[in-house]
Amino acid sequence: MQDEDFVTIRLTVNDVTHRLVVEPRRLLADVLREDLGLTGTNLGCEHGACGSCTVLVDGQSVSCLMFAVQANGHEVMTVEGLARNGQMHPLQKAFWEQHGLQCGFCTPGFLMTAYELLQHNPDPGEEEIRSALSGNICRCTGYQHIVNAVRAAAQALAQTTAEPSGTAV
Amino acid sequence: MTTTTNQHTWIGKDIKRHEDPALLMGTAIYTNDVSLPGMLHAAVLRSPYAHARIVSIDTSAAKKLPGVYAVLTGREATEVIGPLPAFCAEPVVEHAIAVEKVRYAGEAVVVVAAESRYIAEDALELVQIEWESLPPVIDVLEAMKPDAPKVHENLPSNIVFEHIFTFGDVDGDFARADHIIKRRLRWPRATAAPMEPAGAVCQYDSSSGRMEVWSNTNMLNYVGWLIAGTLKLPPHMVNFHPMYTGGSFGSKHVVSKAIAIAGALSKVTGHPVKFMEDRIDNLAANDSQAPDRIYDAQLGVTNDGKFLGLRLYTIDDYGAYFVFAITGNTNMMSQISGPYTIGSVETGIKAVLTNKNQQGVFRGAGSDVGNWVLERLVDAASDELGIDGIELRRRNLIQPDQFPYKMPTGNVYDSGNYPSVLNMALQHADLDYWRQEQERARQQGRYIGIGLATCQQRSTYSATEFWFHNPAPATGLTSTPESARIGIGPAGGITVTLFSPFWGNSPETVAAQVVAEEFGVDPSEVSVTYDSTYHGLPGAGPGGSRMTVMLSGALHGAAAKIKEKMFKIAGHLLEANPDDLVLREGRVWVRGTERSLSLADIGMKAYWYKFDLPPGIESGLEGSFTYDHPYTTPPSEDRKDLGAFYPIMSHATHIPIVEVDIKTGEVKFLKYVAVHDVGTVVNPRSLQGQIHGGIAQGIGVSLFEEVRYSPEGQNLTATFNDYLLPTAPEVPNIEVYHHETPSPFTAFGVKGGGEGGRMVAPPAVTRAVEDALAPFGIRIDELPITPEKIVKWVAQAQTQSS
Repeated sequence: MQDEDFVTIRLTVNDVTHRLVVEPRRLLADVLREDLGLTGTNLGCEHGACGSCTVLVDGQSVSCLMFAVQANGHEVMTVEGLARNGQMHPLQKAFWEQHGLQCGFCTPGFLMTAYELLQHNPDPGEEEIRSALSGNICRCTGYQHIVNAVRAAAQALAQTTAEPSGTAV
Repeated sequence: MTTTTNQHTWIGKDIKRHEDPALLMGTAIYTNDVSLPGMLHAAVLRSPYAHARIVSIDTSAAKKLPGVYAVLTGREATEVIGPLPAFCAEPVVEHAIAVEKVRYAGEAVVVVAAESRYIAEDALELVQIEWESLPPVIDVLEAMKPDAPKVHENLPSNIVFEHIFTFGDVDGDFARADHIIKRRLRWPRATAAPMEPAGAVCQYDSSSGRMEVWSNTNMLNYVGWLIAGTLKLPPHMVNFHPMYTGGSFGSKHVVSKAIAIAGALSKVTGHPVKFMEDRIDNLAANDSQAPDRIYDAQLGVTNDGKFLGLRLYTIDDYGAYFVFAITGNTNMMSQISGPYTIGSVETGIKAVLTNKNQQGVFRGAGSDVGNWVLERLVDAASDELGIDGIELRRRNLIQPDQFPYKMPTGNVYDSGNYPSVLNMALQHADLDYWRQEQERARQQGRYIGIGLATCQQRSTYSATEFWFHNPAPATGLTSTPESARIGIGPAGGITVTLFSPFWGNSPETVAAQVVAEEFGVDPSEVSVTYDSTYHGLPGAGPGGSRMTVMLSGALHGAAAKIKEKMFKIAGHLLEANPDDLVLREGRVWVRGTERSLSLADIGMKAYWYKFDLPPGIESGLEGSFTYDHPYTTPPSEDRKDLGAFYPIMSHATHIPIVEVDIKTGEVKFLKYVAVHDVGTVVNPRSLQGQIHGGIAQGIGVSLFEEVRYSPEGQNLTATFNDYLLPTAPEVPNIEVYHHETPSPFTAFGVKGGGEGGRMVAPPAVTRAVEDALAPFGIRIDELPITPEKIVKWVAQAQTQSS
C-alpha cells in the first residue's frame, strides 16, 4: 500500500473531533473500535444482515459496511455516547429495567436503532417498534423485552422532555 | 407473570440483573475487544471443496506481502500444535488446520498472521493450492452404502457408531399393544449462531514458556488442560482468562479451533495473535451444527390410549468429525420417554460421517429432537385413536406421587407435578374461545391452529453423556463440578469469585441473590468477578441447563464455611455460644437479645486483629467450595441401566395458537402460553428471558432455520441472508407462567431452565400448524415448516381432492 493511498479524514465521534489517516477500504467500525478504542460497537456478521454494529452518522443508522472515508466530516454517535456523566440514557435504563438484553452483544446496535426511532417517532406502537427493529438480530431474548424496553423508554422520555436526546438525562 | 411462590427473601425476587450496566454502556470486554501491544491479526483460508486432497501449497508470495508475519499450512502447524481435543472413543482425528485432505467446504487450510486483518486477508489471496478433488459424500443415506467414498480412510465405513440400546421389555410391550403408531420423521440441521462468533487472543512468551489465552471458551476450568495439550504446552503453563461472551447456546463449550489457530501463530511469531471468526467462518466451520436426523419412530398404545413402549431408530448425519461422539443422541436418553409412564424403550443409533461441518452442541443437545419426535407420536396417536390430545396426555402423565421416578433408561426424574402444569397452561390458554374462533375462521377460509406439547427439560448433567453410554468399557465418571469463592473483606463487603465465564446467562445475578439470601444483605452490595485458570477451581460452566443449580450449590457450600468461622469469631467476641447465634440482615445476633455484630465488625477482626480471634482461628474470612453433582449413579456394565445422569428434571407445557395464510405460507402467532416448572425460581425476570429466547429459537427451527448443503457439499446458508434467524416481527409476545416444584436434591430446590424454551416449542408449534392445516389432511413429518412447503402441501392436497 503506497502512502498516497491513505486519506486524511475528520470524524466527530460522540462530540469529540478526530483527525485520522486511513486506507480508503478501512471500515468505519474498525476505525471506531481499533483506532479510537470504542469497543462498545460489536461486529456480528460483517455483511450487513445483523445490525449489531449499528451506529448513527448525522443521526441516521448505518452499519459496519460503511467505509470510514464515507463518514469524513460527519458526526458519529456510538453506544458510548448515550450515557452522560456516567448516567445511563433513559433507553439504557429501560433496557435494564425491562430485561431487554441477555448476552449484550447485539444490545448497542439495538440501542442505537431505537434511539433513531425515538428521534423520529417519540410514541411508537408495538408494530412500529418491531418493524423498526427488524434489521437487528437478537439470538437471546426473543425480542419481547426489547420491545417493552423501547416503549418504556418512550414513556420515560415523554415525561422528562420532548427530545429523546442524551443530553436530556 | 413474574411472581414466585417460594418462601425465601432474595431467591425468587424479581430484581434487575447485575451484569447489565457494563453491557449497556459498552464497557464489557468481549474477546474481540482485547488489544495487546504488538498484537497481530489472523485470517484463515478455507477449503472451496467438500472433499479433496491437498497436493501442494505455495505460500511464498503471501509471505512476501509487507505486514505479513507468518503463513502456516496445516502440516507446518503440526510442529507447534497437535490435534484438537475429541471426546469420542473412535479414531476420528481433527486438526485445527487441515493436514493432507479436507473433509468439508470451509475447513481451514492455511492461516496468516499480519499486522492487520486486512493484510492477513490480502495474503490469503496470494496462496496457491493444488487440489485433487475427491467425490463428496453429502447425502446421509448414500454415505451409509458400502461402496461410498470414505470421509476418514482409517475407519471401516462412514457409519462411525452403530448400536441398539434396549431398556425394558420392548418386544413384550409392543406385542401387548393394540396399536403401533409409526412415523418417519425428519429433523433439520440447525446451528447455534450466537451473535458473537468464536475467537481467541493468544500470547506466547518463549522466555517463560507460558501462554495467556483470552477466549470465549466456556470450559476453561474444565477442559483447559485438554486445550493445553493441543497447544503442546503443560496445562499449568496456560492461563485462560474468562471473557464476557456474546451468546453461545452450546457452541462455545471448547472453542479449541480458534485457540489453536491463534496459539500456533503466536508461538511461531512471538507476538500476541488475535483470531476472531467472521460470520462466514462461524456458519461454515464453527462445529456448532446440530442434530440432522431421520427417525423411524414407533409408539405402542392400548385401545384406551395407554402408552406401553417406544422404539426410535435414527440415522444421524454428524458431518466430517465426531468431537462429542454420540452425545447428541445419548443426551436425550435422559428423558426419552418424556413425562409419560412408558415402560420400555428401544433406541437404535446410526451415527454417520459426511462431508459437512460437524455437529457440536446446540441448546437442547439432542433432547430438543427427542421431545419433538415423542410429541409427534403422541399427536399421531391422538389422531389415529380419535382421543383428544389433552386427554391422551393426561392418561399417561407421571403422577406427583410417583417421584422420584426411575424411567426406562435408568435416569431418575427428581420431582414434578405435570398435571398441574398442564392445568395451569389450559387455564391461561382459553381453548374454548380459540376452538370457536377456529371454527368461525374456517368458515371464512382462514386457518387457525392450536398446538400443545407437554415435555421434559432435563437439567444439570453429571457423568456426562459424552462417553459413558458407549458400549465400550467406560472410563471413570466425573461429577462435573462447579466452584465458587466468597470473601468478606475488612469493611464487611462481600466479594464472589466465579470460575466459569458469563455466557449471556445471569451468573452474577444468581450469585448476588444466593449470597444475599445466605448473609441477609442486599444483592446490589455483592461484588461478583471471574478468575482465570491460574487461580481456578473446578468449573464446567453453563451448559446442559446446569449453571443456576450448580452455582447455587457452590455458593451455599462456600457460605456455610464462612458462616461457621464467623459464628466462632462472633461467639467469642459476644461471649455467646455459636449455637445461639443467628445471621439476619447482615448482622450476627445473639438469639433473643439486642446484642449483635455487623459483617464489618467481624471482617475487620478477622483481617486485622488476630489476637481478638478465638484460639486456633487463623486470620482471614473467605470460603471456597466445589460443588459436586448432587445425584449421580453409575451405569450398569451391560448398559441396560444408564444410571442417574441427568436427574434434575424440569418440565413445561406450551400452547401456541397460530393462523396460517395458505396463499403465502406465512405462520402468524395469535397467542402463545408457556408454563415452565424449573423448581425453585431464583430470578423470575431472567428465567422468563431465557424462556422467551428459547422459544424464539424453537420457532426458528420450526419455521425457518436449516443449514443446507448443495449436492457438491457447498454450505448454502453461510450468511445471515441465507440462514434465517427469527427477527422481531416473527416472534410473538409469549405469556410465561412459572410453576414451582422444588428439587429434593439441590440447594434451595433449584432446577435448570436455560434450554427449556427451545426444547418444547418445536412440537407445540408443529402441532399448531398441523391443526391449522387439518382441513387439508396435511400431516407434518419434517421441519422447518417453511412458507414454500406450506404452499406446496396445500396445493398438493387441493389437487388430490379435485
